[in-house]
Amino acid sequence: MSEALTFKPAAQLSDMLGRGALSSVELTQAVIDRCDAVDDKVGAFLYRDSEAALAAAKDSDERRHRGEALGPLDGIPVGLKDVICLKGQPLTCASKILERFISPYDATVTSRLKAAGAVLYGKLNMDEFAMGSSTENSGFLKTANPWNLTCIPGGSSGGSAAAVAAGELPLTLGSDTGGSIRQPAALCGVVGMKPTYGLVSRYGLSAYASSLDQIGPFARTVEDVAMILEVIAGHDSRDSTSWKTDIPNYRVQLREGKDSWTIGIPKEYFGEGLDPEVREAVEKAILFYEGRGATLKEISLPHTDLAVSVYYIIATAECSSNLARYDGIRYTSRAENPADGVDLYRKTRGENFGPEVKRRVILGTYVLSSGYYDAYYLRAQKVRTLIRNDFMSEFDAGVDVVLTPTSPTPAFKLGERTDDPLKMYLADIYTICTNLAGLPGISMNCGFNSNGLPIGLQLIGKPFGEADLLKVAHQFDASHDFNEATPEL
Amino acid sequence: MDYEPVIGLEVHVQLKTKTKMFTRVAYQYGEEPNTLTNPVIMGLPGTLPVLNKAAIEQTIRFGLLFGSEVPEISKWDRKNYFYPDNPKNYQLSQYDQPLCVGGSVEIELPGPSRNVMGEHKTIELTRAHLEEDVGKLTHFENDSLVDYNRAGTPLLEIVSEPVLRSPEECVAFLNALRVALSNAGISDCDMEKGQLRCDANVSVRPVGSDILNTRTEMKNLNSVAHVRDAVAYEIQRQTKVYQDGGRVVQETRRWNVDGGFTSSLRSKEHAHDYRYFPDPDLMPVKIPQETKDRLLGDLPELQFDMQRRFMEDYGLPYTLTSVLCPDLPLARFFEAAVAVYNKPRQIANYVANDLLRELAESGNEGEGGMPVSESPASPESIAGLVQLIDDGVISSQIAKAVFAEMFKTGKAPGDIVEAKGLKQSTDTGEIEGICREVIANNPKPVEQFKAGNEKAINALKGQVMKATRGKANPKMLDDLLRKLLGD
Repeated sequence: MSEALTFKPAAQLSDMLGRGALSSVELTQAVIDRCDAVDDKVGAFLYRDSEAALAAAKDSDERRHRGEALGPLDGIPVGLKDVICLKGQPLTCASKILERFISPYDATVTSRLKAAGAVLYGKLNMDEFAMGSSTENSGFLKTANPWNLTCIPGGSSGGSAAAVAAGELPLTLGSDTGGSIRQPAALCGVVGMKPTYGLVSRYGLSAYASSLDQIGPFARTVEDVAMILEVIAGHDSRDSTSWKTDIPNYRVQLREGKDSWTIGIPKEYFGEGLDPEVREAVEKAILFYEGRGATLKEISLPHTDLAVSVYYIIATAECSSNLARYDGIRYTSRAENPADGVDLYRKTRGENFGPEVKRRVILGTYVLSSGYYDAYYLRAQKVRTLIRNDFMSEFDAGVDVVLTPTSPTPAFKLGERTDDPLKMYLADIYTICTNLAGLPGISMNCGFNSNGLPIGLQLIGKPFGEADLLKVAHQFDASHDFNEATPEL
Repeated sequence: MDYEPVIGLEVHVQLKTKTKMFTRVAYQYGEEPNTLTNPVIMGLPGTLPVLNKAAIEQTIRFGLLFGSEVPEISKWDRKNYFYPDNPKNYQLSQYDQPLCVGGSVEIELPGPSRNVMGEHKTIELTRAHLEEDVGKLTHFENDSLVDYNRAGTPLLEIVSEPVLRSPEECVAFLNALRVALSNAGISDCDMEKGQLRCDANVSVRPVGSDILNTRTEMKNLNSVAHVRDAVAYEIQRQTKVYQDGGRVVQETRRWNVDGGFTSSLRSKEHAHDYRYFPDPDLMPVKIPQETKDRLLGDLPELQFDMQRRFMEDYGLPYTLTSVLCPDLPLARFFEAAVAVYNKPRQIANYVANDLLRELAESGNEGEGGMPVSESPASPESIAGLVQLIDDGVISSQIAKAVFAEMFKTGKAPGDIVEAKGLKQSTDTGEIEGICREVIANNPKPVEQFKAGNEKAINALKGQVMKATRGKANPKMLDDLLRKLLGD
């Protein structure tokens, strides 16, 4: 019973809680039991405080008894990627350098979830400082893909995706800098969304690449994503890059469907390197939309092939500066017996950062160096504008959403690409442009390959066009039962 | 060959704001270490900066005060370097789009004497920008401690063009900045509290040449005297290097306060590469014309403009203006008094001498006298006092005593004169009686006066004044005495 319960979409659980058919304590206990049962295999969690979760669940039930339920998320367990601050709990960013750090404050998304009554449960595994596409760069733990435990779950928010796929949590949050929500969502067969840059506050999200990072949700259904997005979105005075925009009732708007969408199909996303089974599944999805009256439009986004290069200049430049604070002086791990101050930095960072983090910090330091700034960083920013313009001119020409595969391949094997960073970087070629352009993107399951691995469909929307994007996604999601499939664990 | 110095100063001024630059933590000097912090100040993971509008406005006011261009768009950059006093290991600063571009500061060099105005020069500014301050390190034998209380406080960096030509000009430049910034409420510029610190760039070149030779930089000079001495030393050192046929090396040098010399700290090869790039966490700032217009309306007059006006409009001598004008509250006090009674010269004397002396002698221990804003004697009462003298109600002698009483009690001068019966006596009969008595009792000065010694009459006047406790009208007394002595 508890397994079936934890695989239910959050919206259903919310209805059950509302009807009194379920208590938050029961639900939370079921989640805890499920994690106890399967997380040894999955490895989604870096930290769980079951006692705190049960206490929050009890509070929720009491509120509900008093008729003071806070909304649809009240009593629903939600997990956080371990890059989002939760007061009093560890924040490691899956790095040894933050091994002993306890966050003294809540991220804005965390306090909004608390205010909505959500039961916060667990800090989820990830690639160290969100750098990676397989969660293999975690400093602590490998996470397995629940659909095939020998495969990676994607990354960097691999724990957040795997936890939902494995029925350990109905809702989780991740962060997406170049695809870190959408790619693992695709590989784990769940829904994952990266909102428009500026829709969700980054306050309390440990920064990887500040101009690209966005927090976003993982869920079993598009409706669930809409439900939690409503809670976490909206302007925050503590984040100067958060946008002052009205947040619509996304979930209610899902039902106000229209069929006359114009869907752009960019030819650059269907070229070489795309796995044939992925292509087939995505083409089926295109036919679905056509059948529902959508206008399909083949489009070109000509600067797509520059995206990976631009990304690895901008993201590494920003990360080299963002990660400078982890230095052994204040709150991080600290190397023993340094010869002097510089040696303290060198040893602390040398011993505690993993190889991928070091690679990106060094790359970023290089591209910002005197004499190279104009050739790399400045140029990359200009190309970034071109990439955004590619999308904006298609939107101006009538395209409502852009449809692409999320990832060129389904999940690959653990260890398969760890020695080949360039090949690893290509896992994000379909997701990176969205971050560079600041656009919202969503990935959902559109089928399975012959090995039973999920395949992701990506939809990209206009800036702050989340309501429409969710509607288009919901149309597909609600008409298929891919989201009802559960892995054997 | 004769050499002349070429000096540019970078002045760091802590802005007067209630809270820090990028988060709303209060700042005060002298608090327990690491108590004025929060997650943002400590650079904890996930924290983000939010601009302090007051700090931006203070910087714009600086620009407007000194005629800088304040561009419509200004942006924020990260200056990356590792140092334990720097919690994020990058400092938020402004690289290529500062809030203030250009501008100039009028300075006055020392005149031949205190009473004579010195030469005035205009020192052009390159720019001024806003950044965050860092924490403070204290070094011990085996370890160092860091206090982040100061970290993140707003710091205005003012960069001069390399147009200063002597240590004295540096001093005059710093003093002009201090006076203007504290009068405008932009900074208290208290050097003891580290609110004003200075880096000096010095080179020398043959007189008459317009080349810019290799320069050295001296960092963190925290008093005007240190700037003067370090610059003077460096001019001498570099001149000697050239005279001996050597080359000056581009480097950062440390000023050794106790030894009175500079020594090499790090060479150009070891200079930091700060890897500046635009801060992705802060949006550029747009400054609309209306903001500048509003802030412009709230700027005080600059010291030297005011001095010229006081000399022209009020006919004050340079000496009095050089006391009044650098001290804006005092100058405002003076003008308020003149507005009540238009005798600027006399009022200026009372304000610059009597009032300042009383203020200096009052106030709390260790706080450097009472501020003029707390003076018990108001501008109106000082104006009133001068008017009482002019009207012949009291003598200037009596006025001294009335002033002291005014300062002590805050009472109006008229009330004090009334209550203490200090009105000048014009009762000829009473004074004549006293005069006769004095003449009778002082045969010696009477004799001398009659013998033609004019000054001898003063001794007699003094006696009468003493007997009337100063209330005799001096003019009347003089007439009376002469009449009686002539009889």
